[in-house]
Amino acid sequence: MDAVVEKTSQAPVTFENARPKITARNVNVYYGEKHALKDVSIDILENAVTAFIGPSGCGKSTFLRCINRMNDTIPIARVTGKIEIDGRDIYDRSLDVVQLRARVGMVFQKPNPFPKSIYENVAYGPRIHGLARNKTELDDIVVTSLKKAGLFEEVKDRLTDSGTGLSGGQQQRLCIARAIAVSPEIILMDEPCSALDPIATAKIEELMDELRENFTIVIVTHSMQQAARVSQRTAFFHLGHLVEQGTTEKIFTTPEDRRTQDYITGRFG
Amino acid sequence: MTDVAAPAPRTLDVTSDAAKARIRRRYRAEARFKFCGLAAIALTGLFVVTVLSDIVLRGLPAFSQHQLVLPVKVDAAEIDPSGSGNPATIRGGDFQALVLGALRAEFPHATSRSDRRLLANMLSSGAADVLRDRVVADPKLIGQTVTVPVLLSDDADLYLKGIGTRITRVAGRGTAAVSGASGEVSIQSSADDFAALTTDVKNFLSARARALRQETERFRRIAAQASARKGELEKSLATAQGAARAVIEANIKAAGDEAETFSQRAKEGEAAAATLQARFDNREGSEALTADLPSLLIAINGGMVKATEIDPGGIKGEVVLPLTSTAEARPGSWQVVTYVTPESNRRVNDREVTWLERLREKGLVENAFNWAFFTSGDSREAELAGIRGALVGSALTLLVTLTLCVPFGVAGAIYLEEFAPKNWLTEIIEVNINNLAAVPSIVFGLLGLAVFLNFFGLPRSAPLVGGLVLALLVLPTIIIASRAALKAVPPSIKEAALGVGASHQQAIFHHVLPLAMPGIMTGTIIGMAHALGETAPLLMIGMVAFIVEPATGITDAATVLPVQIYLWSDLPEIAFQAKTAAAIMVLLVFLFVMNGLAIYLRKRFERRW
Repeated sequence: MDAVVEKTSQAPVTFENARPKITARNVNVYYGEKHALKDVSIDILENAVTAFIGPSGCGKSTFLRCINRMNDTIPIARVTGKIEIDGRDIYDRSLDVVQLRARVGMVFQKPNPFPKSIYENVAYGPRIHGLARNKTELDDIVVTSLKKAGLFEEVKDRLTDSGTGLSGGQQQRLCIARAIAVSPEIILMDEPCSALDPIATAKIEELMDELRENFTIVIVTHSMQQAARVSQRTAFFHLGHLVEQGTTEKIFTTPEDRRTQDYITGRFG
Repeated sequence: MTDVAAPAPRTLDVTSDAAKARIRRRYRAEARFKFCGLAAIALTGLFVVTVLSDIVLRGLPAFSQHQLVLPVKVDAAEIDPSGSGNPATIRGGDFQALVLGALRAEFPHATSRSDRRLLANMLSSGAADVLRDRVVADPKLIGQTVTVPVLLSDDADLYLKGIGTRITRVAGRGTAAVSGASGEVSIQSSADDFAALTTDVKNFLSARARALRQETERFRRIAAQASARKGELEKSLATAQGAARAVIEANIKAAGDEAETFSQRAKEGEAAAATLQARFDNREGSEALTADLPSLLIAINGGMVKATEIDPGGIKGEVVLPLTSTAEARPGSWQVVTYVTPESNRRVNDREVTWLERLREKGLVENAFNWAFFTSGDSREAELAGIRGALVGSALTLLVTLTLCVPFGVAGAIYLEEFAPKNWLTEIIEVNINNLAAVPSIVFGLLGLAVFLNFFGLPRSAPLVGGLVLALLVLPTIIIASRAALKAVPPSIKEAALGVGASHQQAIFHHVLPLAMPGIMTGTIIGMAHALGETAPLLMIGMVAFIVEPATGITDAATVLPVQIYLWSDLPEIAFQAKTAAAIMVLLVFLFVMNGLAIYLRKRFERRW
């Protein structure tokens, strides 16, 4: 059985009439005294890859972590404003943060597989959320997720080996498999390729393009080429402000803001 | 890009003399540091080796025990006169008398009261234990002769282990004539055997006189200094006023007393030295062999004569082991045996030494591994004392400590590290936990005394209370170690778990805690090792009592290994010194094993992220 709900892909995507999956309005984030994110408002469209670009410390990762409330784990962080997923405020008191995180998966900058077997890494999420009724279903989810992450062929003979024994690129794909095993709707990726070599990076980028059919993907990246290659929409952050957003093509060819132009042409950053 | 003119770049100077000197200085500093480190390690190693080898050398004798192997006739009259076969009756029988009877049978001539008492003292008060157990287990043995090991007393055991006297044997050169086979006898030699011996004895006296005179000289010097001081003080007294006067007067009195005491001692020493010198000068005169001289014995005609008086012609003495005949002994067939340590400096007298040597010659003495050291409890008799009670007490105490410490310590650490809000209250708790780890252990003992014994009325000397006190003692250690272990787990693991929708608690219990477990276990084991070696707080709650029976539960009175060591180290018997060192060895083995386990766990589960 396929754990991920199949959706009909609409190719080519016309983003003007696509539905916004995530809507953020006037989001501010403070780390203690530091005002890290200032009045960010953005719509993130369904079944598209949205890239956040910008120089270091501009707040793009901070905003990403707001989407699945990962900032809750930082005691001094404070978030104001409104973020809605499918029209539902995720900072609402009645919303369970654990369920939110199951709907909004995350892949981190550094591959962080659990120091357990490959199988256990993928099976952990479905198990705690009760997605599988028995071992066969769980096996099925694990295999499907690994296949979707493009890792199955490489690891099918050693599912019981430790996940930490894989190469960096394989580890990151394992983390992606782990994230998609719980059938999220959105996958957040925080610089997923920054610790990887070009070949592994290419594989992950390819993967993102495939995953787009079923998931809404938000990726933070430092590499403008990567943003240009994988994303349909791009948002440029600078010093806590969301400077400009739009289709990737437009941002990279005809940016409206001077700062965006300077950044993508490599004049700072 | 920048318009500011950069200063001309300076090249690194590597060729000048100053540069070379700098490099040399750096090498010297490195060599110096390396040397200091090596010296420190060598010194530490030396100390460790010295301490360990000293303990091992002292303790090893306690692991073996001498016993006699005697055929004992199990006399029904002594054990079970009515022939009931009742185990209780048999157990109550006077087996000691049987065993002693068997020993006396080896020395039928030793009939005097003092001899009989000496023989009885050679046996341990637990000498008959093996025989009793055997007969109780098999009552059919009553009436038969059984060969059983018979435990010797600690003094006899120590003598046989070589902590007694050196024995020299010189074959007689002349023909020896002996006047009788028992009682008081005299022995003459046709050669100059005894003249030489007399000279030896006299030389020994002369040496002692010389030592005495040196000591006398020292006493006289001290007396002279004291009286000189007294003279000066008297002079200053003339000018002193008020309170100072009283002090000076007291000092004058003290100096006067000192001078008098030491001049008295000097006089006595001088007189004694003069007496000794006179005995030395009287070369041909006979010499009484007192207990403060090396003992001389003559082994002749299968018996043994202890010399009481010697002159160049022969000796007078008493028979210790009866002679088989009064025939003249040919040259070489008899021996002069010297027990070099004077009798007054030994725990076993000449008779006992002679008997023990005879038993050894007959092959009746056996040196066996001292199982009793591990299987019996404490005792006032060194040869019966063991560490079983202390081991059981330590095990029970540690069990209580472990069951309290691990759940509370780990739970506390998890809460403080992962769940507690960071505010002033948790800050205070944290600081105080760290402070608690530095509180002297005796304070915990006082706390245990006040709270557990006096307030809650728990039983004194019990492993329960000991365990509670030690739990308080090691709790901070475990909390600190566990928190460090939890902190060492990279946050990425927790984030990963949270990222797939695990709750905070699930993330910690499924991922963080298992990864921190080796560190927590290491901390726990080290804490337990600390608790195992702890003595002071247990003294406060009464675990220092003399307890013979090993505890059977956590509310029984018990003692623990380090307290047992402390108790034994206080006892005057020499045999207990070996027991003390042996108990330390056992304790160290446990500590090494526990620390080794901690290191193994750390290495085995060490992870790299």
